[in-house]
Amino acid sequence: MEPSASDEEQIKVMTLEAFADTIVPGNKRWPGDRAVAGVSDDAGAVAAGALELLESPAGGLSPWLAGLAAMLNAHAENHAAGQGIELDGTVPAFVSLDYDQRVALVVRLTAWDHPERQGWVNLVMFSNMAFDTGAQMHTVDALAAGHPGLLTLGFAPPDDDGLWRFPDYSYRRQLADLHPATTASGSPA
Amino acid sequence: MTATESADVLVIGSGFGGAIAAYHLAAGGARVVVLERGPWLEADDYDHDFKLGSSTTRIFDFTVGDGMSVLTGNCVGGGSVVYFATMPRAPGYIFERQGSIGRRLWPSSLSRDSLEPWYDRVTEALPITKQQWETVPFAGGVWAAACHNAGHTCNPVPAAVDTSLCTNCNWMLSGCKFDAKRSLLLNYLPAALAHGAEIRPLHEVQQISRNSDGGYRVHYNTLHDVDYREQTGNGAIDAKLIVLAAGTIATPVILQRSEPELGKMPDAVGKYFSGNGERLNTAVLNEDRVRDVLGLDRGDGRAYEANQIGKGPVAACWDWLDGTLPEFERFSLEQLYFPPGLGTILTQVADATGPTWFGKEKKEMMRRWKSWLTIFTMSEDDNEGVFGPPPATGNSMRVSQQMFGLGPLRYEPTENTRRGWARADAAVKSILEKDGLARVMPWTSDVVGAYTVHPLASCRLGDDPGTSALDGNHELRGHPGIFVTDGSAVPTALNVNPALTIAALAERAMPAIVRAARQRGIDVRYGAPSPDGDTSARDQASKAIAHLLDD
Repeated sequence: MEPSASDEEQIKVMTLEAFADTIVPGNKRWPGDRAVAGVSDDAGAVAAGALELLESPAGGLSPWLAGLAAMLNAHAENHAAGQGIELDGTVPAFVSLDYDQRVALVVRLTAWDHPERQGWVNLVMFSNMAFDTGAQMHTVDALAAGHPGLLTLGFAPPDDDGLWRFPDYSYRRQLADLHPATTASGSPA
Repeated sequence: MTATESADVLVIGSGFGGAIAAYHLAAGGARVVVLERGPWLEADDYDHDFKLGSSTTRIFDFTVGDGMSVLTGNCVGGGSVVYFATMPRAPGYIFERQGSIGRRLWPSSLSRDSLEPWYDRVTEALPITKQQWETVPFAGGVWAAACHNAGHTCNPVPAAVDTSLCTNCNWMLSGCKFDAKRSLLLNYLPAALAHGAEIRPLHEVQQISRNSDGGYRVHYNTLHDVDYREQTGNGAIDAKLIVLAAGTIATPVILQRSEPELGKMPDAVGKYFSGNGERLNTAVLNEDRVRDVLGLDRGDGRAYEANQIGKGPVAACWDWLDGTLPEFERFSLEQLYFPPGLGTILTQVADATGPTWFGKEKKEMMRRWKSWLTIFTMSEDDNEGVFGPPPATGNSMRVSQQMFGLGPLRYEPTENTRRGWARADAAVKSILEKDGLARVMPWTSDVVGAYTVHPLASCRLGDDPGTSALDGNHELRGHPGIFVTDGSAVPTALNVNPALTIAALAERAMPAIVRAARQRGIDVRYGAPSPDGDTSARDQASKAIAHLLDD
């Protein structure tokens, strides 16, 4: 957390980090990290750059983030009340939920019949993209920097010129019979 | 703009429908202007990069609707720049489809046989080649071997890829850096330019209006080259004839927005959308079983671990492309690659105890990404997509600067469509879970609904004015001089990748469009050779259209 950030900014950042961590969970960045629930042994969406991607002008979501964070915390308060969960008032309501409760709430918010689902699905997609692709940075740079998502996938590195080539790519033999009605052009009949 | 410009023919969109029309009309002597709302990139401009703002997002649109999300090209060359270049011909029985309305949906003049000369023309022009097992990447190979293991056939699929140039990088959705993929930028479009056609990128058509002389005026906005949400200007061009080929999810929107000026649109404009019955399953392969059961080895001790390697879809099982099966129960199953992001977000964990598509268990599934194999179903849907009111501009409310927007398409799959998907899912499972090869799950429909990379039929051809927007010659009913030649004209799902059929239909439409142009006072002739000068397919096709050439 940036010490100079305003309270409102802190609430927004922590809340969105907790949301992203619900989608792709990671390990705690420091002892006492509250936004990251710490249910995984290695880095997740937050360490992969979810906040940078959400805030990027190219992504287009930044004007909506403060509002989404406030709505998420309101939903978390209602959820907690409904479940009889006592919230810790020192952190935003969603951050105060444990991982399983965060999951339960995200499942509800992204359900097909939820009126706000598109907003939450947008957050899900960007959280995923930060981890799965590192779309906030050049992929070559992300791999060089050990981007946790691309490493988790085992995404192969490029050649020295930053382009991908796989000269060894085929079993190089026939592995099934062709459909008997295949036409001369190689198409189905 | 002090005076309205004019052209003989205004082509909206530069994908297959637009590029083929632009070439034939320009080669025949017409003054042709092409308006393309996306940017104009070429091989040197394409990036191997997921970063927002790279070619990956500049030339590609992801439009989320209500129940259907659509992936499309957004650039000069349209879908051909971002496609996987998999080019099978549609099975013959497709042209006899009745859908759920109980009568033939395709025009009576169209059949597989009657379309063959036009398939041949496109095959020669791009060109398209039969693929050999020696160049089928590991993912296609493992799919073929699994099909064989389950008693099924599997075919390498014809493709518009020059395998001598291909590096199997699998960055095809970002544009081909090596010009191995035979996009329209390598054939029809340069040939159109050589004949004087003009292509204007970043020109997004707003609407069409009618002039007092029976011609049309096309109104456009120019777009910022980075932030497509921003308009930088506007203008209009008059033309005697319009070829509308903005793509299946843009063409009906332009017509809807033009209705106050042009007058009533046919009822089928913006209805009967088909997602080509598309559906995805992702398997996580058991590497040991791939080695032991299928006998596969890459030569370095690895059995597979090759999800990232290849050139899109290369091998398909066509055992369910069987005209004796009931409609809606026929499908092809094609191995496919989608890059991380598009290819990972909607995948589901088998046997999950928590959420299937995000969370702890999904992260564990991601660790095995190299062993993933994705299988693409193309089935027969029920043409149940409907477009709501058009957005203020374009065909979506753009959220991001590029790529991501929210569109007006609504899609609620019918029982027929769901039945086809269920049967295809079961078939994939029966092949890939046999002998413990893999665990398989379909992609979730709970996040963005259904999805397609092959939108079709939103302004379709047909004989019945009640259920088709175009007559058999692609002319918009009630609006003479407006022709639609893109995927929106294709009446139904095709059970296979549709690019070749879209292109063949556009080739087939050209003689009648040229004749209409002549009738509207344009000095133009039909008869151009293939873009590189070959004439054999043209000469064969000419036999089918002698009646259109005699006027």
